[in-house]
Amino acid sequence: MSAPGTPTAEALAAAAAAAPASGAMLATPTPALAAAGLALQRDLTLAFRKRGQLVQPLAFFGMVTLLFPLAISPELARLREVAPGVVWAGALLASLLALEFLFRDDAYDGTLEQYALSGQSLTALMFAKTAAHWLLTGLPLALMAPLAALSLGAPTVSLPGIVASVAVGSVALSLIGSIGAGLTLGIKRSGALLALLTLPLSLPVLIFGARATQLAISGGPLLPPLELLGALAVLGITLAPLAAAAAVRISLE
Amino acid sequence: MSSERLQVENLHLWRGERHVLKGVSFTLGRGACLQVTGVNGAGKTTLLRTLCGLMYPEEGRVLWDGTDVRADLRAFHTLLAYLGHEPPLKADLTAWENLHYWIGVRRRVEPREFEAVLGRVGAAGCAQRLVRTLSAGQRRRVALAGLALLSVPLWLLDEPTTNLDTDGQQLVADLILEQQGRGGTVIAAVHHALPRAVRDVQHLELAA
Repeated sequence: MSAPGTPTAEALAAAAAAAPASGAMLATPTPALAAAGLALQRDLTLAFRKRGQLVQPLAFFGMVTLLFPLAISPELARLREVAPGVVWAGALLASLLALEFLFRDDAYDGTLEQYALSGQSLTALMFAKTAAHWLLTGLPLALMAPLAALSLGAPTVSLPGIVASVAVGSVALSLIGSIGAGLTLGIKRSGALLALLTLPLSLPVLIFGARATQLAISGGPLLPPLELLGALAVLGITLAPLAAAAAVRISLE
Repeated sequence: MSSERLQVENLHLWRGERHVLKGVSFTLGRGACLQVTGVNGAGKTTLLRTLCGLMYPEEGRVLWDGTDVRADLRAFHTLLAYLGHEPPLKADLTAWENLHYWIGVRRRVEPREFEAVLGRVGAAGCAQRLVRTLSAGQRRRVALAGLALLSVPLWLLDEPTTNLDTDGQQLVADLILEQQGRGGTVIAAVHHALPRAVRDVQHLELAA
């Protein structure tokens, strides 16, 4: 807060606008959308250079869903009953695996500091990073879910519904996870704490997602739980980047 | 408006029980360069991070052109460049890609500007190499290229000459001189004094 008698925030903004001309420092600021696009592009580029990290959650998801028939019974009717829970618990845990890396490397190498000092909206940049996380984890999980569902006895006709529910639900999972990843940023071996923070918040997504998958398999009305998943995703898009940016700022201090 | 560009008034900051910044005050005008020294743990990095708004002091304030920077921190951030201990570079990106993403988030940069500035800092040959294959000195040069590209009036540098050879140290001096010539302000936290070529250096020693 400025003391009485000092110029206001408008004066500082004016100084920022005038600075290039006064110091012979000419630079056109990057528009917010372009800056967020660059942050997204950087994360995607880096992920494709480190493919091992990219494959881990998918391999985990595949292993979990393949282990269930071995542990329960190879009988398809029984597997079909547990398929919604298996698919969603697997997707939730696989998404959680990748969350630990969401901000960690950027915090170590100073990228997050540079984002915080960039003059851009940290909320928009955090949203871009979360979008990259979903593109690299949530979307591939959604595309892999039909294979998992088929191995658990789900009928072919249910597959579009399963893909839709995992795709929409994983958006909410990535956004909820970004808050936990921001809050646990400065903590060593934060994986367990991240799970403890994130899993309770993810329960509504798990419940509605499993219900949508169950209805897709049984041929019931899929739309209501899908709409609820969509509502959770929209709520996450509205609030989670703000909370993640605040958490990152606190962790940087 | 104050004639002084940057005014730091009575900064106090605690880390737990430790009183790190004990009433730090100074003022700097256009073209000024402040060299901050002190033993390990004296609070040099903490001071830089507090000045740029990454840390919140318990007491005191920082004014830019007479305005408390906390009034609009984002506007203040568009005026400064902070280079920490480690260059903010991704090991799995090339030097060119690193600059493209790091600087591109802040300002529009033409490809020829990257080439020119990498040549300027003696890292032209590093442009298409992954940063993980560069030496510590080369990484520092790439980071200095980023600094030069940012085109902002306030530079906050933490150990800017670390890992640099004699030529590299002269490069830092030249960059600071250019910044001063443009009317920019530089604050550098250092263990070893800045190269002698830098003119009009003011000193601030922090006590442990």
